[in-house]
Amino acid sequence: MGKLRDRLALADPDGFYESLIHLHEGLTDEQSRLVMAKLVLLLANHIGDAEVLDEALRIAREDLLPRRQAGAEAA
Amino acid sequence: MPSPTRERPAPAPRPRGGERHPVVICGAGPVGLTLAIDLERRGVPTVVLEKDTAYSTGSRAICWAEASLDIWSRLGCAEPILERGVTWEVGRVYYGDQEVYHFDLKPEHDHKHPPFRNLQQYHVEAILAAHLGGLGHRQLRWGHCVTGVARRADGLRLEVTTPDGAYDLEADWLVAADGGNSTVRRVLGLDTEGTVFRQPFLVVDVKVKADFPFERLFWFDPTFHPGRSALLHRQADDVCRVDLQLEDGEDLELERHPERMTERLAAMLGDHPFSVEWTSVYTFKCRRLDRFRHGRVLFVGDAAHQISPFGARGGNCGIQDAANLGWKLAHVVQGRAPEALLDSFCAERTAAADVDLRTAMRSNHFITPQNAVSQTLRDAVLSLSRSRKFARRMVNSGRMSRPMPLLGSPLTTPDSDCFAGPLMPGSPCPNLSLAANGAPAKGLLDVLGPDLSGLYFAPSEDAVAAEDRRALAELARRPWPLSTWIVAAPGTAAEPPVVGDVRGAIWETFDAAPGTFYLLRSDAYVAARWRRFDAALVARAMARATGWPEGEPCRQRGGDGQAP
Repeated sequence: MGKLRDRLALADPDGFYESLIHLHEGLTDEQSRLVMAKLVLLLANHIGDAEVLDEALRIAREDLLPRRQAGAEAA
Repeated sequence: MPSPTRERPAPAPRPRGGERHPVVICGAGPVGLTLAIDLERRGVPTVVLEKDTAYSTGSRAICWAEASLDIWSRLGCAEPILERGVTWEVGRVYYGDQEVYHFDLKPEHDHKHPPFRNLQQYHVEAILAAHLGGLGHRQLRWGHCVTGVARRADGLRLEVTTPDGAYDLEADWLVAADGGNSTVRRVLGLDTEGTVFRQPFLVVDVKVKADFPFERLFWFDPTFHPGRSALLHRQADDVCRVDLQLEDGEDLELERHPERMTERLAAMLGDHPFSVEWTSVYTFKCRRLDRFRHGRVLFVGDAAHQISPFGARGGNCGIQDAANLGWKLAHVVQGRAPEALLDSFCAERTAAADVDLRTAMRSNHFITPQNAVSQTLRDAVLSLSRSRKFARRMVNSGRMSRPMPLLGSPLTTPDSDCFAGPLMPGSPCPNLSLAANGAPAKGLLDVLGPDLSGLYFAPSEDAVAAEDRRALAELARRPWPLSTWIVAAPGTAAEPPVVGDVRGAIWETFDAAPGTFYLLRSDAYVAARWRRFDAALVARAMARATGWPEGEPCRQRGGDGQAP
C-alpha cells in the first residue's frame, strides 16, 4: 500500500461531483479539458508530496480501456 | 390468476349535480387515496374523482420507503402492504460484469418497519381503495375527470366529465393528486419548471420464475446492454422490474416491438423463461410547480413535482405530501386553524421536494451524462472504482429515499435547551418498536393519537409532578387538544397512557433525561422539545405548530378561524 489515501475523505462526495459537473457548464470541450488540467495542477501543487503524486500518476493510467470501446473495436 | 392490472372498478354513474363538498380530491393513485383515508379518519368527508376506470397500468412506483410505511401504519393500512410486498436490503452496482459498489439498507434495529418494501403501484392502490371503503367512504368515483375549475368568492365550481356526460360540483377545497400529466394543472394553466433529460428509458415488468436474489441490481455498461445502464429489481408475484437506458434518437416504437424487447431481455435474464406484462418509455424529469397552493387548489404528488426514478423519491415524496396536508386541511375545514396553515404545507413540501429533486438530479448526471466531459468524469469514477475505495462511494446509481427533516418550517419552535441525537425540531419521529424482541410489533407512532402529542419522559407515572399533571389536563381540554404519553424508564413495560420503553430505544433516540418533554405534530414530526415541561412554552409551541400567528394564544373553536 502506498501513501495515497484510499478511503473517502470528501464529506459530501455527491455534492463535490455535482460541483465538478457544474464547473463545465457552458464550456466547449476544449475549454473543459483546459479547466480539468488546471484543476489537476492546482491540486497537485497543494499536495506537494512527490511520493503521493507519483502514485496518483501511476494509478490514473491504469484501466484505460472500458469494455465499450473494446466492443466497438471488435465490431 | 387474473392480473390485478385488469381489475376494473365499476364506473360511477353521473350524479344529478348541485352537490357541495368540503374537499374534492382529483386522482385515486396512492397519494390521493392516502389523503382520502387520512381525511376520512379525521371526520372530513371527501369526494375522490379518478378519470381512469382501472388501477394503475403497470408497476410504476414499486419501492415504498420507511416514511411511507410509517404513514400507512398510523392510518391503519400498512399491514396488507407489508404482507404483500417483498423486502430487500442490498443494492449492487456493476461496471461491466464486475461489482464495484454495494449498499446494505439493514433495518434499523429498533424500528418497526424496514427501509423499503417493494410492491407494484396497482396492488398498493387496490389495498388503499379497499381500506378507504372499509372506513365507510362511498365517494370514490371512477371514470370522472375534472375538466373545468372556476374560482368563486366562497369556493370552487368544478366541471366534471364522465362517460355519461358532464356535471357540476361545488367544493371548498380541491386537491390535485392526478399525477405527472395533471388535468387540474392544465385546466388552471399552470406548468412545472425544471429539467427534462433527453435519454429515454425502456421500463418493463417481466414475469420470471428465477432464483434472482431479492436485491437491487444496477449495471453501468453491461455485456448484455453495452454502453448503457440497466436496473433489475424484484416485485411481488415473481414480477421483476427492468429499466433499460436507450439512446437519444433511437426509434422508441421499434424498441418496444415485442421481438426487439424479447431479444434484449433474453440477453439480460439468460435461460429463464419470462413473459412481458407491461412496457413503457420515459425520460428523466426533475420539475416542480413554483407553489403547491394556489388559493383553494392544492397540489400533491406528481401533480406538484416530477422526480426522476432510481431513488424511490417520486412516490414516497407524494405520500409524505399527503400526510403533511391531511391534518392541516382537516384543521382548516373544521375551523381549528387559520388558512395560513396551508401555506406551511406549501413551504414545507416545496423545500422537501427540492431536496429530492437535487438528489435525483445528481444521480441523473451520473447515470445519463449530458455531455462529453460528464461522460469522461463518470467513466473516470467507474474506472477508479475497480481499485480505489473512495471512488466506489462516488458511484451513483440513485440514492435511496431516506427520512428527512423539514428544514426551516414556520411551524417548528427551535431548541432553547441542549440536546444531542438526531431528533432536532422538524425531524420525523421514528416509528420505534414498542415490542420486546419476538413479540408482535407495535410502533410508537401507532399508539399516538390524531392530534398533537406530548411525550413526557419520567421514570414512572408517579414521578410526574402534580402541577404538571394539572397543566397537561388543561392542555388536553383545548379545542385542538394535546394528548400526552408518559414514557417510562427504559426496560419497563407499561399500559396507556404510559408508554413502556422495553428496549430502551426511545429514551436513547430522543436523548431523554427525566423531565424531558417533546411536542409532536399530528403527522408525527417533532414540533418542539425541552428539558423541563413548561405549560406556557408548550402552549405557545402548540399554537405555532397549528399555524396560529406567533405569540397568539390558542383561541376558542369558532373564534377567529378563517376557515370557510
